[in-house]
Amino acid sequence: MADRSLFSEQATPFIDQLYGAALRMTRNPADAEDLVQETFIRAYRGYEGFQDGTNLRAWLFRILTNTFINSYRAAQRRPEQSELDDVEELYLYRRIGGLEAASLGRSAEDELMDLFTDTQIHDALDALPEQFRLAVLLADVEGFSYKEIAEILGVPIGTVMSRLHRGRRALQKSLYGYARDQGVVRGDPKGAKEPVPGFTEEGRAESTTS
Amino acid sequence: MSDHDHQAGSHSGDVGEHRCDDAIAQLQAFLDGELDEATIARIEAHLKQCSPCLEAYDFEAELRKVIAAKLRNDVPGDLRTRLTAVLDRLEAESGTS
Repeated sequence: MADRSLFSEQATPFIDQLYGAALRMTRNPADAEDLVQETFIRAYRGYEGFQDGTNLRAWLFRILTNTFINSYRAAQRRPEQSELDDVEELYLYRRIGGLEAASLGRSAEDELMDLFTDTQIHDALDALPEQFRLAVLLADVEGFSYKEIAEILGVPIGTVMSRLHRGRRALQKSLYGYARDQGVVRGDPKGAKEPVPGFTEEGRAESTTS
Repeated sequence: MSDHDHQAGSHSGDVGEHRCDDAIAQLQAFLDGELDEATIARIEAHLKQCSPCLEAYDFEAELRKVIAAKLRNDVPGDLRTRLTAVLDRLEAESGTS
């Protein structure tokens, strides 16, 4: 059982991460601030139920996620999508891999940093349906394990893996759209045909799951 | 991947098309740190001998770093102040109740 008087000291270091996640969940700075505040109030009130020595960060993210799902999602009145187009593995790599590192003396990471703006990355993540967005956010930005994400979202690990897999591929497809708009396109996609929207490398009509 | 240009006769051991398919299928879980040691060792052995797969792994790893870096947001200064005030109030309330 945790001592409530220690809550402030223990939880304050996580404000940055909680706010970042809240912003990606609500897609709105004012709502994100309110969501973090509500999370802190709920966490403070429930802190005696937190087991010392267990993962405080995951516990706080669970409260954040539940608060978002119960309060803000309803208020945002966004239709809940659960479907995503099937996108092949290595979607982006096959289309721009190598090209992004074409300049001598620069790392591929630097080139990718320059290729995509902050806004494009934000927009690509924000465009994902919520269940995929939350999984990608918790894994790729916050670094939680599959097991932790399963506990935070209250779904089986297999569901986490499936959402991550599909969410990441859809994210890559969005990013490819930005790269293409900037003229960064491989003439001869690695293992893929000419990158025509809707095509997969195995053929247009592929609708079976890979 | 079907486009790997492997040496003839290398379709056994740690390279070969099925090894590439396996490596690409495990890429996400590998980068997530979710594989067991035996699978990690198998993939690392493959990557040492297969530059196309290694390049794909590197690209995905770098892309992840870039995405994570660009999604970090600075917390508004007054949010910290606001949260501190909220916690002080809650502590005061629980202290008097």
